[in-house]
Amino acid sequence: MSVTGVNWLKYSSPQAFYPLAGRMIPWCAAAASVVMGVGLYIGFFVAPTDFQQGEAYRIIFVHVPAAWMSMFLYVVMAVWAGLGLGLNARLSFMMAQAIAPTGAMFTFLALLTGAMWGKPTWGAWWVWDARLTSELILLFQYAGVMLLRTSIDDLRRADRASAVFALVGVVNVPIIYFSVRWWNTLHQGASVSMTAGSKMAATMLTAMLLMTVGFWMYSIAVTLARVRCVMVEREQLPAWSKQSPMPDVAEAR
Amino acid sequence: MQWGSLTEFLAMGGYGLYVWTSFSATALCMVWEVLALWRRRAAVRAEYRDVS
Repeated sequence: MSVTGVNWLKYSSPQAFYPLAGRMIPWCAAAASVVMGVGLYIGFFVAPTDFQQGEAYRIIFVHVPAAWMSMFLYVVMAVWAGLGLGLNARLSFMMAQAIAPTGAMFTFLALLTGAMWGKPTWGAWWVWDARLTSELILLFQYAGVMLLRTSIDDLRRADRASAVFALVGVVNVPIIYFSVRWWNTLHQGASVSMTAGSKMAATMLTAMLLMTVGFWMYSIAVTLARVRCVMVEREQLPAWSKQSPMPDVAEAR
Repeated sequence: MQWGSLTEFLAMGGYGLYVWTSFSATALCMVWEVLALWRRRAAVRAEYRDVS
């Protein structure tokens, strides 16, 4: 059917996706460990001291990747939620459900490491400026998506309600991203932009990008591990999750 | 490399508290999440014995 000869649509069913996810987890986890290890090494031992902020700037190696992941995971969650609403696909709702806790964790970490960076550089743990406030709202949105799901007993209604909530909230992501440009904020502007390139030393940028890739691989691994739990908990029919070769529907036809 | 000794590395030019709190909080959250998923998976397997 497809150009690659692999029937990708096969994996849109939980039965086929479950073993695939199981095979992907160790590879993503290994990649995350290696990439984060190299990123930390470059970040702490190769990247030079910042001439303005001294060593405090090294918080960037967890702060920026965590903040990027918090926004990126929200968009991915909203896309799965939208697919679930549009196609009425169980797997899409399960993916949205599995992403939310990890996204919330990265949002919390972005705020916490931001406070740790704000105190020595601005003299304040927290200020109510546009960037910080919109990121805090993102944390509440993740909490809302998760609470809405747990507060509705009927699974299908819970799926739809939290999906609508997630989709509406996606407007906040560009607000967070462009907040440093739209408003006069204390938060510094983007260090990396697609148009102007980077304003950082090459080794600093390398470490930050490696940490981002590492966080990304970590997120894929934990999301897949969680979605496997969610699948069995929700379906309560684990017969298909047994380690048996899946009959290929395309071949059987 | 700009660190003369381990003490110097841990001090982070006087910003040690902020830098190490950030990195250890991130590490703790990740370890906690992985352990929580491990337990959740064990619970799933205990309930449905034929889950792979």
